[in-house]
Amino acid sequence: MAEERRPKQCTVVLPTESMKAMAESIGVGQLQEESCAALSEEVSYRIKEIAQDALKFMHHGKRRKLMTSDIDHALKIKNVEPLYGFQSQEFIPFRFASGGGRELHFYEEKEVDLSDIINTPLPRVPLDVSLKAHWLSIEGVQPAIPENPPPAPKEQQKAESTEPLKAVKPGQEEEGSIQKGQGATSAEAKGQCKKEGLIRMKPRSTHELSVEQQLYYKEITEACVGSCEAKRAEALQSIATDPGLYQMLPRFSTFISEGVRVNVVQNNLALLIYLMRMVKALMDNPTLYLEKYLHELIPAVVTCIVSKQLCLRPDVDNHWALRDFAARLMAQSCKTFSTTTNNIQSRITKTFTKSWLDEKTQWTTRYGCIAGLSELGPDVIKTLIIPRLTIEGARIKAVIEGPVVSNIDKIGADHVQSLLLPRSTLTVSQSGIGGSVGSRTPSIIKVPSSLTLMSTRPGTPTQPSPPATKYIVMATSAGASSTQQVP
Amino acid sequence: FHRLFILLVHAHFISKMAAVQDGQVDLEVEKKEIKTETSNDGSGNNNANSSSPGSTSLGATSKSPTGPAEDQQTLLAVLQFLKRNKLNESVDILRREAGLSVEIDDSPGSASGGAGSGGASNSTVDGGDTNSLLSRVSIAIPAAPAVTAAPVPPKGLDQPDVNVVLSAYSQQGDPDLYPLYYNGLKKFIESVLDCHRAELSQVFYPLFVHMYLELVYNNHEVEAKQFFEKFSGDQECYYAEDLRILSGMTKKEHMKGNETMLDFRTSKFVLRISRDSYQLLKRHLQERQNNQIWNIIQEHLYIDIFDGMPRSKSQIDAMSGSLAGEAKRDANKTKVFYGLLKEPEIEVPLDDEDEEAENEEGKPKKKKPKKDSMGSKSKKQDPNAPQQTRIPLPELKDSDKLDKIMNMKEAAKKIRLGSDNLPSICFYTFLNAYQGLTAVDITDDSSLIAGGFADSTVRVWSVTPKKLRRVKSAADLSNIDKESDDVLERIMDEKTASESKILYGHSGPVYGISFSPDRNYLLSSSEDGTVRLWSLQTFTCLVGYKGHNYPVWDTQFSPYGYYFVSGGHDRVARLWATDHYQPLRMFAGHLADVTCTRFHPNSNYVATGSADRTIRLWDVLNGNCVRILTGHKGPIHSLAFSPNGKFMASGATDGRVLLWDIGHGLMIGELKGHTDTIYALRFSRDGEILASGSMDNTVKLWDTLKAFDDVELDDFTAATGHIHLPENSQELLLGSYTTKSTPVIHLHFTRRNLLLAAGAYNP
Repeated sequence: MAEERRPKQCTVVLPTESMKAMAESIGVGQLQEESCAALSEEVSYRIKEIAQDALKFMHHGKRRKLMTSDIDHALKIKNVEPLYGFQSQEFIPFRFASGGGRELHFYEEKEVDLSDIINTPLPRVPLDVSLKAHWLSIEGVQPAIPENPPPAPKEQQKAESTEPLKAVKPGQEEEGSIQKGQGATSAEAKGQCKKEGLIRMKPRSTHELSVEQQLYYKEITEACVGSCEAKRAEALQSIATDPGLYQMLPRFSTFISEGVRVNVVQNNLALLIYLMRMVKALMDNPTLYLEKYLHELIPAVVTCIVSKQLCLRPDVDNHWALRDFAARLMAQSCKTFSTTTNNIQSRITKTFTKSWLDEKTQWTTRYGCIAGLSELGPDVIKTLIIPRLTIEGARIKAVIEGPVVSNIDKIGADHVQSLLLPRSTLTVSQSGIGGSVGSRTPSIIKVPSSLTLMSTRPGTPTQPSPPATKYIVMATSAGASSTQQVP
Repeated sequence: FHRLFILLVHAHFISKMAAVQDGQVDLEVEKKEIKTETSNDGSGNNNANSSSPGSTSLGATSKSPTGPAEDQQTLLAVLQFLKRNKLNESVDILRREAGLSVEIDDSPGSASGGAGSGGASNSTVDGGDTNSLLSRVSIAIPAAPAVTAAPVPPKGLDQPDVNVVLSAYSQQGDPDLYPLYYNGLKKFIESVLDCHRAELSQVFYPLFVHMYLELVYNNHEVEAKQFFEKFSGDQECYYAEDLRILSGMTKKEHMKGNETMLDFRTSKFVLRISRDSYQLLKRHLQERQNNQIWNIIQEHLYIDIFDGMPRSKSQIDAMSGSLAGEAKRDANKTKVFYGLLKEPEIEVPLDDEDEEAENEEGKPKKKKPKKDSMGSKSKKQDPNAPQQTRIPLPELKDSDKLDKIMNMKEAAKKIRLGSDNLPSICFYTFLNAYQGLTAVDITDDSSLIAGGFADSTVRVWSVTPKKLRRVKSAADLSNIDKESDDVLERIMDEKTASESKILYGHSGPVYGISFSPDRNYLLSSSEDGTVRLWSLQTFTCLVGYKGHNYPVWDTQFSPYGYYFVSGGHDRVARLWATDHYQPLRMFAGHLADVTCTRFHPNSNYVATGSADRTIRLWDVLNGNCVRILTGHKGPIHSLAFSPNGKFMASGATDGRVLLWDIGHGLMIGELKGHTDTIYALRFSRDGEILASGSMDNTVKLWDTLKAFDDVELDDFTAATGHIHLPENSQELLLGSYTTKSTPVIHLHFTRRNLLLAAGAYNP
């Protein structure tokens, strides 16, 4: 039985060099090789013995980590004086040094200036031990509260959504926990399941929310779309961190998709931004796996990217930032959830490209498509955006230099231009020097602070190298060069 | 007998305790003590060893009829040892007491020659326990100053041949032949019929260990290493821990003072083998003239031969794993009175009852019949119960009676649990416990919770709105009108009211903690070797019980108060009474640390779990070991008795919970599911559900009703102890609840069957 884990411990012995080093440190110069060997064996044995005793103290201390105090206690029961001053809580501060053909481990003792200690402000006093009670289980069902672990761990959610057939199996092996995690499956129902044995269907997950959860849902959604920014920040923080939201996920996703549908019609830019921030928060929550709800979330996000009109005054309001933000969300979800089965990324790419290619597409949508595509990574930029640069350049030129048809178009073209410019230059310069898809292109659009989008990355504009700029300028059109100075 | 035993224990301890505890400086004794301790090459266990065998074996002499002859030998060996160390005073005392016991012994002594079991090999039928003690004592001798002439023991009895045990590994075989011998036996066992193979395979491990030790002892270091590397992989995986210790031991010098080795050399490894299989083995060894192996089997193994079918591999695996093999069958034959004591009849004031009924609408119907049933239960005497006065119990005080009434009222409201009615779990998390939470206890009425910490503090919290208050100082107390009705209220100092109190006094981590049933006292045991009794009225330390010289791992109050038990690194469990500074009983016999101690609900027995992977049940009345339960594969860290006293559950570092039938001394269930050490076990108030809490951050609930029902006990299994364990631990699991990152170290069912759990958050 123990074939594969055959212990080899009997050969582990301290090197004789250590013995020599130690002997030297206490003033014994020439130690014979034989005595070294004998000593090292003896010392190794004693160390093992002490370690074994120290383990006992660890077990009784109800810890998984051996601490220096355990060693001290083990020494004490052997009637050996403990090692004073080794009060390290976390690690043993050994340092390594070599030189003159010798290798040494020692522990560092820094000189500490007392005045430093005296003059530094006192650290915060650690909190005292306190007792906190919570319900681990109520009549056999574990309530979804922050004190408890998430009812369905993310891996399980993932397994369920990607491989629904397999997901049943762990439930069979270990009834109880998982079924309970599924929600309010009552104890009786579970009993029946057990009897049915082999032909057990995937348990229906009922989506009844407890009163507390309903309250929570109401509070959170109100705060998210309400007027108080502080409350909103708190609510979003809660969505992004709370572990017990699994059961509320369907509600949230419906809330978001309905919210987007209504507010796009009403051109309520602020609310759309709030809803997108909710999506972001949900995605950030480490305990949630959104795959099951993408059919609601993705249309909402895509709407926010490519919709013709997102606000009442398209010439003044900064709906561009929302498009950028949503595009980033889209890219993130593509990255996380795209599989060969659902093909999210390719489907999204197709959608974007199709409407971009359409001659009649408005400038706003055009902007959204390009923004969406450009977030999808250097590969997409290279294959889809770069080849169209010339055509797009011509179109922009036509709008900007041509007769003023509409102010909105002009602004749109302007934005498309500023979006395209640095992106393509960067990519071209990258491919120009032979480097390929290494880093993702940083976005250059700065998010206006008034909107406070929760941006993942700082919007640092990168300075493209001059020759590349020239190349671009030439590629788009010579006449436009005067207006295309890179900021 | 009872008196005699106490006398003996006392006599033996007076010499030490007087010096250490009373502060009477008895220079002479102390000097000698130091001398023996240092002369024993620092193994440090001398104190416990030299004293415990004396006392316990003496206890055994006066009680057990199994092996008085050996006991006498032990006694003589102890005498010899004391003499050699010039402890003349102790010798005198002991001899005086021994003289008494020897006279008592003489009558049954003659009949005890063949008291051992099977009788296959005469030299192996010694009572394993006493024999081990004898040899353990003698082990200490070579280090002591050489005394050439062994003093002639009094009474002209056969002189115990101390040297035989000393030279346990005296046989000098050719070291190169060892692997051959072992291989030969291996080949033989592999070739026998399947039904015998599993049984005979048990021989491998002890044989391997002893052959290895023999090689080491005779300074064949290289051969020993080779032997180890060649065959250690064949051993069962549950011996890995011991093998690791063994592998470190490569020199004769290492064997001195290594406790594990001492155990191997001095106690016999017990195997249970059917007669047929044994005959096969014997014939093979005799045919081959394989004396080397035969000698080891004769000297170091105790083969418990039974008639009947050989056991299967799974049966053997279920029972093996302990440090010294399985328990002998006759070790578990003593009758154990596992029934509960009759509850004293207390009249429940009727008006109160009605009031309760009015307060709790709609409940009175249920209450009436239940109360009746309880009444009838308490009137009938359980045939398995010990006599009410078998051990003296403290009388009930008025406050106790009040508490009992409260208890009955609460019990009437308790929820009936079962597989379709699981308890709610309330988890008490200790936050910011940087000091390291090492022990928790909750009072029976669930009003107080106490935590022991690695920084040697004990903290008590009140979990009800009632705050903790101290009694006023003596000066203030004298001003109180003692005649007033609310005098108990008046003596409390309102100014000290707080939710928690800290008790300072220990000088090492607090590993065990226990509330007294009346909530007036708290016990704590610590690494510093003491058990302390704290008053929960004044929140001060009342007594420090010194006796264990090494860390005390666990302590617990008797369910009736007054008595308590403690067990620690010195391998001895001690029974104390709160008003005695010396222990009343010493329970010696475990081969490694006593890691947990629990009282039986009827207070007549004490169960101890040990790092030697056995559980022992001790009789409080006479200090005898009445059950040895083997089957765990790791140190045992938790024990729990079922409320009816019939069953016991134990949890160990191997993550398994085992269920035991105390009456028959049988393992009746194995609950697998945890992945780490189980630190907490508790039966619900009616015993239908067992809750287990573990280091793996889970609380699991098990259907014990079903587990106990599933066991079929026919006469044969009851007689032989060879039980087929039902493979249904997954069906028995009712629920598993994971905490965020909090190991569960205590569990408690309230009187209404709400489960409380406790642990420290460990981010």
